[in-house]
Amino acid sequence: MDSAARSFLKIENLVKKFGDFTALQDISLDVYDGEFVCFLGPSGCGKTTLLRAIAGLDIQTHGRIEQDGKDISALPPAERDFGIVFQSYALFPNLTVERNVAYGLENRKLPRAEIDVRVAELLQLVGLPDQGTKYPAQLSGGQQQRVALARAMATSPGLLLLDEPLSALDARVRVHLRTEIKDLQRRLGVTTIMVTHDQEEALTMADRIVVMNHGVIDQVGTPQEIYGSPATSFVADFIGSMNFIPGTVAAKGRVTVGDFPLDCDTTGFNEGDAITVSIRPEDINAQDMEHDDNVVDGEITHLQFMGSFYRAELGGAAFSGHDVQADFSVNLVRRKNVVLGSKLPIRLPADHIQLYPPVED
Amino acid sequence: MLEQFGNSRAARTLVAAAGLMVVASAAQATDLTVYTAVEAEDLKKYAKAFNKTNPDINIKWVRDSTGIVTAKLLAEKNNPQADVVWGLAATSLMLLKAEGMTEPYAPVGVGKLDKKFVDSANPPHWTGMDAWIASVCFNTVEGKKNGLPIPTSWKDLTKPVYKGHVVMPNPNSSGTGFLDVSSWLQMFGEEGGWKFMDALHQNINWYTHSGSKPCKQAASGETPIGISFAFRGAKSKAKGAPLEIILPSEGIGWDMEATAIMKGTKNLAAAKKLVDFTITKEANVMYNKGYAVVAYPGVAKKVKHFPAGILEAMIDNKFEWAATNRKRILSKWQTRYDSKSLPKK
Amino acid sequence: MADASLTAQTSDRAIVRPKLSRDDWIMRTVMVAIGVFLLIAVLLPLYTMMSKSVENKDGGFVGFANFAEYFSTPALFNSAFNSLSISILATLIILVVTFIYGYALTRTCMPFKWFFKLVAMVPLLTPSLLGGISLIYWFGNQGVLKDLLFGEKIYGPIGITMGSSYWVFPHALMIVITALSITDARLYEAAEALRTSKLKTFLTVTIPGCKYGLISAGFVVFTLVFTDFGVPKVIGGNYNMLATDIYKQVIGQQNFQMGAVVSVVLLVPAIIAFSVDRIVQRKQVALLSARAVPYTPKPSRGRDMSMLAFCSVIALIIIAMIGMAQYAALVTFWPYNLEFSLNNYDFDVMDGGGWEAFWNSIEMALYTAFFGTIIVFTGAYLMEKGRGFTVGRSAFHMVAMAPLAVPGMVLGLAYIFFFNNPANPFNFIYGTMGILVVATVVHFYTVSHLTAVTALKQMDPEFESVSASLKAPFYKTFAKVTVPVCMPAVFDISIYLFLNAMTTVSAVVFLYSSDTTLASVAVLNMDDAGDVAPAAAMAMMIAYTCAAMRIVQVVLTRGIAIKTQAWRNQ
Repeated sequence: MDSAARSFLKIENLVKKFGDFTALQDISLDVYDGEFVCFLGPSGCGKTTLLRAIAGLDIQTHGRIEQDGKDISALPPAERDFGIVFQSYALFPNLTVERNVAYGLENRKLPRAEIDVRVAELLQLVGLPDQGTKYPAQLSGGQQQRVALARAMATSPGLLLLDEPLSALDARVRVHLRTEIKDLQRRLGVTTIMVTHDQEEALTMADRIVVMNHGVIDQVGTPQEIYGSPATSFVADFIGSMNFIPGTVAAKGRVTVGDFPLDCDTTGFNEGDAITVSIRPEDINAQDMEHDDNVVDGEITHLQFMGSFYRAELGGAAFSGHDVQADFSVNLVRRKNVVLGSKLPIRLPADHIQLYPPVED
Repeated sequence: MLEQFGNSRAARTLVAAAGLMVVASAAQATDLTVYTAVEAEDLKKYAKAFNKTNPDINIKWVRDSTGIVTAKLLAEKNNPQADVVWGLAATSLMLLKAEGMTEPYAPVGVGKLDKKFVDSANPPHWTGMDAWIASVCFNTVEGKKNGLPIPTSWKDLTKPVYKGHVVMPNPNSSGTGFLDVSSWLQMFGEEGGWKFMDALHQNINWYTHSGSKPCKQAASGETPIGISFAFRGAKSKAKGAPLEIILPSEGIGWDMEATAIMKGTKNLAAAKKLVDFTITKEANVMYNKGYAVVAYPGVAKKVKHFPAGILEAMIDNKFEWAATNRKRILSKWQTRYDSKSLPKK
Repeated sequence: MADASLTAQTSDRAIVRPKLSRDDWIMRTVMVAIGVFLLIAVLLPLYTMMSKSVENKDGGFVGFANFAEYFSTPALFNSAFNSLSISILATLIILVVTFIYGYALTRTCMPFKWFFKLVAMVPLLTPSLLGGISLIYWFGNQGVLKDLLFGEKIYGPIGITMGSSYWVFPHALMIVITALSITDARLYEAAEALRTSKLKTFLTVTIPGCKYGLISAGFVVFTLVFTDFGVPKVIGGNYNMLATDIYKQVIGQQNFQMGAVVSVVLLVPAIIAFSVDRIVQRKQVALLSARAVPYTPKPSRGRDMSMLAFCSVIALIIIAMIGMAQYAALVTFWPYNLEFSLNNYDFDVMDGGGWEAFWNSIEMALYTAFFGTIIVFTGAYLMEKGRGFTVGRSAFHMVAMAPLAVPGMVLGLAYIFFFNNPANPFNFIYGTMGILVVATVVHFYTVSHLTAVTALKQMDPEFESVSASLKAPFYKTFAKVTVPVCMPAVFDISIYLFLNAMTTVSAVVFLYSSDTTLASVAVLNMDDAGDVAPAAAMAMMIAYTCAAMRIVQVVLTRGIAIKTQAWRNQ
């Protein structure tokens, strides 16, 4: 995101306490105009609490929120400017699809004809032009969620909040709706915040991802940044798969894992520091061995067929008892005749190795 | 849906409210709240007779048994609801008088009444209507079935043959019950009276809350013998119940039904008119329909189904004594008999 | 970024005070108003009553002298013992019977289940006194089946136990059925797969599964019997119970202080039972929320037929009770003239207020249902769906739960003390229809409140959030969405209030006036005066009215179901 972009939503030092429990610890964040931001994290990490604070549904204990230059910290939801979609859809069951979508418009005392035009337009937008007279219970989950989206967008709010909107849907519908929501958001240009615990959803939809854990933001960044260079071992572990192997810094640019030396960037650590060495399974190389640095012999202890690739677990004296996961292409497995018990050299490219402070098991 | 539902309810409520208003506006006249223990079936007759001469005064009856009406009046001592009491035991009215709750008033023509039926104070706090007389209702059919001889005296009722066959009212709630107990204490003396009740208690099936219930239960055969009052027995007999109404030979307790104005009434003028009516000859003729002895001398005629010799059987009742000792007698009675039916294990 | 920011000082920073919207103000004000209403209508009268219990007749403070007197009077103390033993006995009987009956309805393939469900609810339509009255005709000295008692008297513990069991049966059954319905079929499949014996399955799966329901039913029955006044009044003979003692102390002896003392004594076990029940209920809820697969019984001829036999006997008893009341009401002069006539319906010549009492009752019940439903549902909605104000909302819930712990007689007596005081600004409602409606709404507040809360909890909690984001005021969403969606529950609440207003005796017996005599009190007073057959006739009039109302409710609910089946999933 262009750093010159206007900060639309400014969150400063937000704290939310429920009795003795601190759900949000000093959260600060800027959301830019027109951006799609995902709050990602495991359940209980505070992402929904943060969203509800932004909506004014559960107002923070301390801290400030500014939207579009206006301090909204203490305002009730009705005095803020947002549309919201929940996991449960929260469609009014006794009102037709049309009346659900029109609910916010009717409240603005607009002429009936104008409302009808707008409702038709919105239903067209979410791909349900003919479903207006049906009741929510007569629609599928995916359709209901689109209606909820149309209802939230009806009053053209400045901010769209999505609270796990896809979690209740079937896997296929979910993937489909992902693209649709993203397209819709891009077309309308509405600043959007989505809460999710599904990393795939976050990676595919977000302009930026806010990874949260235990009420704290661990990392904010584009999907590529989050995936490629996770800021903490938590982020590394939570998004994608990651090998963690304990080791120590042997010298500048070199660590040892067990007896095995590995070249890598050790910036930020001193000689003798205990560290955790991490590398993603798909970054482990078994094919081209033109470089001979960071190459180690492994023995296949497990081999799992994943469809488009194999996930192998390798053990070997070199890793001092820690198994390492590596993804091998189907092709490679066939060509090298990799089976359980096979021994083969693997390479851990130095530029894919990340070091973190030691992880406590 | 809500609207429909709400409207239909609202409509009904409105109709109900409108109905009430019609009733209220029809009665532009003075409303007089009258507490009474007179039998329910007579109330309409009484009101009708009164309204013949006073059509502008509307009586609102509050009717219950003697104990309850007395309790209600005492409960409302700080905030009286009743204007007039018409037809409550004289002993209860004496109690109210002692509590300072009655308004002294000498009704027009009070001099014509039998002195016994008028409060001794001047002006009197209450005036009597009629005497209400204890008696025993005996169901002849059930008596025969159980092989019971017809009792002729109170003492007869303590005989073992009647064990479990006698029902009487609890004096704590029933005026009739209290007049029975107080008459036994007067006739047999304090000690003899309690001794008699101890023996009677052995034969008692249960104590009822209401004074008319023993006789009604005797009438329906629920019990062969009910200690009640003569008026009730006569009524049931008239309905075809196989009853014998017995006046025990030792004498019978009685109380007066009496009338008083409540102190603090907002309708004093109307209340006085009503009390004036209650002591007229006409009213006494009306009382005589059910009661053999009335306050106005020379009015009383024999009442159908009433046993003969009532006047002679009536004891010389000391009302003042009964009223002053009421609380003591009742609590003594309660300790002795009210816990009768403990589970015997 | 992560750890560094943790060091920021947060404790001494200004707390954000949420700005209240107009909605918040309206919601809180209305909720507080209803809360204050309950406070005035429940807690203040109770407080007045409790202070009466430590005062002498003239209002001087005497400490616990009244209590000392009470506990040293054997007659009164015995009543407590009697109340306790009868309540325990009736509880045990009813638990066994309702368990089997409920088991037959939920866990077997017994035929005619609909019929047995229907019959079981019949006692709800009548005042509790009806059971006692019927027993007189069945087992009294002129009773049809008198010989079945082998010389024992129906007047006393036997009659009270039988009569009480009759009227509390549906109350217990509803709880037991709920408990038996929420079992998890997977447990039975597992037991079957492990070849567990039927008896062992029953003891290790069935009983633990509905344990809380049974405990809860037990406490409900205990409290109902312990605090009921109707049955012992009619058929108790000389067997004194606490509830009848209050009546006797107050009505018979004008001893209000002692009445207050007995009330306090009556309040103690009621509150204990109430507290235990609340704890148990909470555990039951936890059980409910588990992801269970509903159990579908499989036919088993032997079991189904023996259950049919059992349920038929129970149903027959219920029908015999109500049938006898109707028969006795039509007989001219029991037992000497068994010809039919309508003499017993000539209520105007009897105690209790005559036909006017019947119409008063209907009017009172309509007012109670109408205003009660509005107050209860609105209160529950504001409490359940309000934003913030946690302290106020939980306080409201506590106040709304309180009436369940207060026996009707105690409430009625407390109302005399509280409202019949000229210094009380609410004194004007004393002796009016208003006080009867207030007393009845309050007396049956808690169950209605819980019904409303349950219905509201089933609604998506985000409706309010969505409408706030759409800037719709809450009352619009309340009227357009909440109430229509909860309409079945709204009907349930109004019929519950109506039925109870028609049949209740305990709270109103101290409060009616000559203008506001009630049918249920007329039943009591006619029976009291020995007019048992007319009492039965009036009780049956109440039953028919309640049945008719129930039918109206069913038709209306059906109507809604048809109208709304498009948006309802089931």
